[in-house]
Amino acid sequence: MTNKASKGSLFPYIIWIALFVIAPILLVLYYSLLDLNGQFTIANYVKFFSPAYLSMTLTSFWYAFLITLFTLIIAYPTAYLLTKTKHKHLWLVFIIIPSWINLLLKTYAFIGIFGLYGPINAFAEVFGIEPTQILFTDFSFIFVAVYIFIPFMIIPIFNALDKLNPTLVYAARDLGANRITTFRRVIFPLTIEGVKSGIQVTFIPALSLFMITRLIAGNQVITLGTAIEQQFLVAQNWGMGSTIAVFLILFMVIIMLFTGQKKSKGGRV
Amino acid sequence: MKKLSAGAKIYLVIVFLVLYAPIFYLIFYSFNSGETMNSFESFTWEHYQAVFEDSRLLVILINTVIIALLSGLIATIIGTLGAIGIVSVKNKKMRNTLLSFNNVLIVSPDVVIGASFLILFTMIGVKLGFTSVLVSHIAFSVPIVVLMVLPKLLEMNTNLIDAAQDLGASRRDVLTRVILPYIKPGIFAGFFMAITYSLDDFAVTFFVTGNGFSTLSVEIYSMARAGITLTVNAISGIVFIVTILIVIGYYFVTNRSKTRHAEVRQ
Repeated sequence: MTNKASKGSLFPYIIWIALFVIAPILLVLYYSLLDLNGQFTIANYVKFFSPAYLSMTLTSFWYAFLITLFTLIIAYPTAYLLTKTKHKHLWLVFIIIPSWINLLLKTYAFIGIFGLYGPINAFAEVFGIEPTQILFTDFSFIFVAVYIFIPFMIIPIFNALDKLNPTLVYAARDLGANRITTFRRVIFPLTIEGVKSGIQVTFIPALSLFMITRLIAGNQVITLGTAIEQQFLVAQNWGMGSTIAVFLILFMVIIMLFTGQKKSKGGRV
Repeated sequence: MKKLSAGAKIYLVIVFLVLYAPIFYLIFYSFNSGETMNSFESFTWEHYQAVFEDSRLLVILINTVIIALLSGLIATIIGTLGAIGIVSVKNKKMRNTLLSFNNVLIVSPDVVIGASFLILFTMIGVKLGFTSVLVSHIAFSVPIVVLMVLPKLLEMNTNLIDAAQDLGASRRDVLTRVILPYIKPGIFAGFFMAITYSLDDFAVTFFVTGNGFSTLSVEIYSMARAGITLTVNAISGIVFIVTILIVIGYYFVTNRSKTRHAEVRQ
């Protein structure tokens, strides 16, 4: 297919790359070097390394870490057990369907569920526990975020487990490995690529959440995403917002390098 | 295959319950004649009526669907042509560069996409509103379409194209009568994914929508910030039904194309 017609079909695509991939990155870089009056400065970068911003970045990472960890802890066994069911692909569809329901609606549901008079508190009251405000706490924030990300973590792990050759597991068992050793030395290492892509699709968005922090954490939690939204849409300080965005992109690249897929060492045997 | 143990079954049941509980909770209270999501008073359709009587909300619903369909369509055209173009690039380095550019918007956090598009539109003077939202949705849907179409193109036997050309087909014929029919399932999947991305997007739209234009996600956000209104529950009931219908429709379409392929092969 080296004819000119198919080369020509690249034209709109190249324009798309130039306008919506390259230009936005350059513009963010450019704006990160501007102050509020449009003068060139590196003040934004200096400000990013001030204690206030550094601690915000650290807490953002801490929350993203916790969210990813809990998501993984719940998703891995789910994916593993799903591959053992009879109609596994059908069950997987049922896992995926909730991820297609609008994100805002799912988040809104938790405003009611975690509310002071909501079902969780009503349930706790049966056991004589006084109703407490669950909304606007770290717990509610992490819970909702984990809830949102679970399907996205299950899918890549499910696919990796699905590709795993079962004879390897049988071989390990025949050679005397118990269940834990089989999992630790055979199953987990062979599905690590799936885990890595799961972490990728959870950790990076978790760093940049801002809708859930606003609705569920009630401004108690500030993530990098919340800070960007704040600077762009509330404070109207595009320079500072762009600087945080530049760092978010940097973190993203670093995470991608860490969780990058090694083509030569795939999960297939 | 061993049967699942009782513990394993309970675990799966709990996961499914937790995944679906919030959705059914929302839908359940959409029929509540009371004002809150705490105590169910009596059954009513009034919140659904409220959705269909609120002309502002209806306009937003229509806008959301128009944006999704239009952006999906345009992104599918650009993405399919792009994928065909990428495959035609023989230089490996060049091709990989194109593919990495393709992935940038897929992995970028949506806040960054939204913020950078906001700067872009302000710089080139696009008024924030319908156009800016439509263009951004096209922009972030294109790479998904490319990713859905590319595998189909790569598995296609190039002999088919050579054969068509030998038999006197023009370039146009090759494209419309050989390549496009073959990659049709990939194009459908790409279009479908583009629509779901568009319908589900909040962050990017939130940045590039000005005053006066709103999509469903953005509207729900502002309603939710104001507190609980059961109108939102009624919307989620409608959205759930529509989502299920789309899923069923999608499976119907893909399965039909699969069986057709099988028939052709036989």
